Amino acid sequence: MTTTTGEVPFRILPRVTDRNAHFWQGGRDGELRFQRCRHCGYYLHPPAVICPKCWSKDIGIEAVSGRAEVLTYSINYQPWMPGLEPPFVLAIVRCVEQDDLRLTTNIVHCEPDAVRVDMPVTVIFEPHVEDEVWIPLFEPAP
Amino acid sequence: MSEVDELLGERRAVISGVGQSDIGRRLYRDPLELTVDACLAAIAAAGLTTEDIDGISTYPGGLDNPAGFSGAGVTDVQEALRLNLSWYAGGLELPSQLGAVINAILAVSAGLARHVVCFRTVYEGSAQGTKGRAAVMPGGDNQSGGFRASGFMEWLLPFSAPSAAMWIAMFATRHFHEFGTTREQLAQIALNARRNAAVNPKAIYRDPMSMEDYLSARMISSPLCLFDCDVPCDGGTAMIVSRRDCAPDLRKAPIQVEAVGTAFHGRPGWDAYYDLTTMACQDAGTHLWNRTDLTPSDVQLAEMYDGFSFITMCWLEAMQFCGRGESGPFVEGGTRIARDGELPLNTNGGQLSSGRLHGFGFLHEACTQLWGEAGDRQVPGNPEIGVACAGGGPLAGALLLTRGS
Repeated sequence: MTTTTGEVPFRILPRVTDRNAHFWQGGRDGELRFQRCRHCGYYLHPPAVICPKCWSKDIGIEAVSGRAEVLTYSINYQPWMPGLEPPFVLAIVRCVEQDDLRLTTNIVHCEPDAVRVDMPVTVIFEPHVEDEVWIPLFEPAP
Repeated sequence: MSEVDELLGERRAVISGVGQSDIGRRLYRDPLELTVDACLAAIAAAGLTTEDIDGISTYPGGLDNPAGFSGAGVTDVQEALRLNLSWYAGGLELPSQLGAVINAILAVSAGLARHVVCFRTVYEGSAQGTKGRAAVMPGGDNQSGGFRASGFMEWLLPFSAPSAAMWIAMFATRHFHEFGTTREQLAQIALNARRNAAVNPKAIYRDPMSMEDYLSARMISSPLCLFDCDVPCDGGTAMIVSRRDCAPDLRKAPIQVEAVGTAFHGRPGWDAYYDLTTMACQDAGTHLWNRTDLTPSDVQLAEMYDGFSFITMCWLEAMQFCGRGESGPFVEGGTRIARDGELPLNTNGGQLSSGRLHGFGFLHEACTQLWGEAGDRQVPGNPEIGVACAGGGPLAGALLLTRGS
């Protein structure tokens, strides 16, 4: 299981529900998990109740590789509220498995200035064990 | 224009009056008072009385959170002004803040009401007070850990991304990457706004700003610096949407609604739009131009949302004043978008310099300019055609306006 190391920062955590638990708790097993249509194979994120490609309701949960690329990013300098210590990087990444399988995340374990559009990255998880939430973050691919 | 004219409902609507309360960085006044000041000013400007008003439309409706975001809802104004309503609506799942005005346009076009007062009041300046930005952010008033992110914020707040500045900044980064757009180009939106604010007595920041000032301002969320972000304020803005056939009852020739744009074809998540160099405005702009025989080159002034400067760049492209990806070169040097330029832009100083009235300020200014009532900041040449556009990210609504005859 890959996780961040060191002190876990304050974060506003998500409200975990039956619909999203696979995403926010997959990190317990080191897995980035999404809903996936068992009929046509389309990944659904944010979680939904029906496949928008084939209208099947036969939706399962699957882990992806955790490999992604940076579509865009911003280096945040403003201390909006307690949380990550600025400067830190906010990014939209695209998972390699599907063109529109995206999430907003933080890029960690590299200098903010080193982040680039199209940069390959890999998921890691920041554990908030007591709250049973594992935040998926990304670091430069090895 | 005849065939489209018969088909399209929005041309049955006009804007008959606009009004505004006092505007300030922090007024510490009851936001309902700001609201009724704006509404009564608009009603009077139209030459109407409260007895003539039979509709209310507002964005976002009455809300307690985030603090300062909503100064009043439908029922507050209905009660305060004792209005007898044929139709009303308040809410925020709309094609931008101006979606509330578009709702009113549809209501009068459908015959549900004759004169609808539309309003938007903010008091984010006072609500923030001296407590800092977190005081007006979702979850910002609860750092103990009890608050949980849900809705669209579920996918943003856990990543320490509470501000739209950060979300919009990522679109700007992608635009810079694909098209070579520069900070010096983006700066022109802020510098132009400040030049216009200098001659707007109600603007909040009126001191001159230079390119050096802009480039040396602290970075907020790259590539957006402090001057790329609008300024929270207190104030109410209102306008009256009337049925076109009520024109004889009005004080002055009304502003004609020529077309609106409300389309949104992409996915609604802030990170999900298919093209991250543009936003929902792209669809709204296309929609609007498909509903009129006028063309972008007919437009003589543009009042376009600048909650963050980059959003205005997106609107310039979406409304086809320049090609996709060409907003940087379009604004370069700033002369084209100046008050005496080819496309006068954000002539009151926009939200960047005159205050975040949240969308309604752009329509107020477009109407004021078309009526020739803008005083020292009046666009020369007696303009007759203008646009007002609001919203960023997955929110977008646009109006094409002409001075009625």
